[in-house]
Amino acid sequence: MYRVEERIIFWITVLVGKISGRNLLISVPFLWIFLFFICPCLILIGISLSEGVIASPPYTSIVEWISGHMLQIRINLGNYMLLFTDEMYVRGFITSVLVAGVSTICCLLVGFPMAYAIARTSEKIRGILLMLVVLPFWTSFLIRVYAWIMLLSPCGFINSLLLKFHLTDAPLQLMNNSFAACVGIVYAYLPFMIFPLYNAIEKIDYSLIEASYDLGSSPMTAFFSIVVPLSAPGIYAGSALVFVPAIGEFVIPELLGGVQTLTIGRLVWNEFFENMSWPTAASLSIVLLIFVVFPIVFAQRRREIELFSKD
Amino acid sequence: MRFRWSNCVLFFGYLFLYFPLICIVVYSFNESRFVAHWTGFSLKWYKALVSNSIILRATFTSVKIASLSATISVILGTITAIIITRFGRFNGKTIFVGAITAPLVMPEVVIGLSLLLMFVGMEKIFGWPIRSGMTTVTIAHITLTLSYVTMLVQARLHDMDKAIEEAALDLGASPLKVFFVITLPIISPTIILGWLLAFALSLDDVVIASFVAGPGATTLPMIVFSSLRFGISPEINALATILITALSIGVIISAILIYKKKI
Repeated sequence: MYRVEERIIFWITVLVGKISGRNLLISVPFLWIFLFFICPCLILIGISLSEGVIASPPYTSIVEWISGHMLQIRINLGNYMLLFTDEMYVRGFITSVLVAGVSTICCLLVGFPMAYAIARTSEKIRGILLMLVVLPFWTSFLIRVYAWIMLLSPCGFINSLLLKFHLTDAPLQLMNNSFAACVGIVYAYLPFMIFPLYNAIEKIDYSLIEASYDLGSSPMTAFFSIVVPLSAPGIYAGSALVFVPAIGEFVIPELLGGVQTLTIGRLVWNEFFENMSWPTAASLSIVLLIFVVFPIVFAQRRREIELFSKD
Repeated sequence: MRFRWSNCVLFFGYLFLYFPLICIVVYSFNESRFVAHWTGFSLKWYKALVSNSIILRATFTSVKIASLSATISVILGTITAIIITRFGRFNGKTIFVGAITAPLVMPEVVIGLSLLLMFVGMEKIFGWPIRSGMTTVTIAHITLTLSYVTMLVQARLHDMDKAIEEAALDLGASPLKVFFVITLPIISPTIILGWLLAFALSLDDVVIASFVAGPGATTLPMIVFSSLRFGISPEINALATILITALSIGVIISAILIYKKKI
C-alpha cells in the first residue's frame, strides 16, 4: 500500500506532466463553458426536481445529509406532473406550438416568393437586395416589435387610417391577440427564412424550368414539380431557423400577444417573477428545451443544418 | 418597364420590411403625444429624450456592458475557434463543441433562468458574483455571444489556406508567432465583425439581462421594454430614430469602404 502522501505526489506529477501550452489554452474556454453553461444547466435540472417552499431560496435541496452519515436524495417529479395535468400549462404548450408553427408557415409564404424573386434578378442588384433584407435585422429587436405596436394598437396607424376613411366605426382589435404575435414573429425572423431559401433557389438550373415549359407543363406544375423539390433543403433549414427561436420567444408574445397568447416563454417568466415558483419555472424550461430539440434533430436528420461542425 | 410578378413581390416584400421602420422615424417628429395623429413638426421628443437621466444612465450602462462583454467574448471566441479547428482531437471535444454551440438555439428565457439560478447558488457558497452590479450581466452576455463569435471565426479559419501557417511552422516559427504574424492579420476582419455582432447582441438583449441584472445594472433595453409594456411613447420613437440613423450611417460607410476596395 502506498501512503497517502505518496499518492498525492503521484497524482500531482501526473497533472503537472499534462500541463502544456496546449492544454492550458484548451482549459480557458473549457472552464468558462463549464462554469457558465454546463453548471447552470445541471442546476436547472436539479431545481426542476426539487420541491417549492416559501423561503429564500424558494426550493428544497434534493441532496441532504441526515444525522451525519446518511445521504438522502429526494427527487420530486411533482413539477413535471403538474405541467402535464394543469390546463394552463397544457394550453401554453399548444399555444406555443401553434403560434410558432403558423408563423413559420407565414414566413415561408412571404419568404419564398421574395427569395425566388431575388434569385431571379441580375447579379448586380442581388447583393444590394440581400443586404436590404438583413438591414432591419441590425436595428434593435425591441424597436422592430415596437414598430408593430405602433401600427396595430387601437390608437395606432392602421386604425387611425381606417377611422379617417370611415371604413370602421370603432377601432379594430388588431393587437393583443395571437395574430399580432404571429405578425411580429414573421417580421422579426423573416431574414432567417429568406437566406437559406435564396441559397437553395439560386442553385437551381433555370434551364430545367424552361425544359418543362417546352414539354408542355403549366407554370404551376413546373413550380411544384421542379422548384419546390429542388429548394427543399432551404425550406427545411429556413423553417427550423424560424421555428426554433419562435417557440421559446418571450418578448413578442408578451408585447403583442396579450393575455390570450400565453406561450411557454411567458409562463417561465411569470412563474419565476410573479409566482416565485422556481421549481415550476425550471421544469417548464426543461420541457421548452425538449420542444426546441425536436425540430433541430429533424432538420439535422435531413442534413440541412450543420450546427455542429464536423472537425 | 413592363409589369412583372417578381417586381411586384419584391415591392411588397420590402414594403413589409421597411414601412414599420419608416413610420417610427416619421412619427418621432410628431408634436402630438398620440402617435398616429399628426399635428405638426417638432423636436420636443428628442429634447425630452436628451434630458431623461434614466435613459441616459441606462444607455451608458448598456454601452459599457456591451463593449466589455464583446471584447472578452472576441478573445475567448478566437481561442475557442482555434482549439476547434487547429487542435485536432482531444478528450471531451464533442461535449465542448456542443456546449459552445448550444446557446445559439437555446431560448433566452432558459439561458437567463439557468444563469440566474447558478449565480444565486454561487453567491450563497462563495459570496461572488454579487448581483447588484454589472458583473452578472457581463458574464451572461459573454456566454451568449461567445457562441456567435466562435462560429464566425471558426468558419473563417476553416476556409483559410492552411498552407501559409504550415509553411511558417516549417521555416521554424513558433506556433505563437505564427498566430500573431500570420493567422491573426488574415482573420482580423472576421474578428472585427465578430466584435460588432457581439456588441449588437449585447446591446439588444432584454430577456437575459432582466433575469440576471441586479438593481444597479438597468440596461437600456430593460427601460425600453418596461415602457413598451405600457404602450406607445413618442420618446421611444425618438430613441429608435437615433438608433436607425446611426445604423444607416454605419452601413453606408461600410458599403463605401467595400466599394472602394473593389476598385
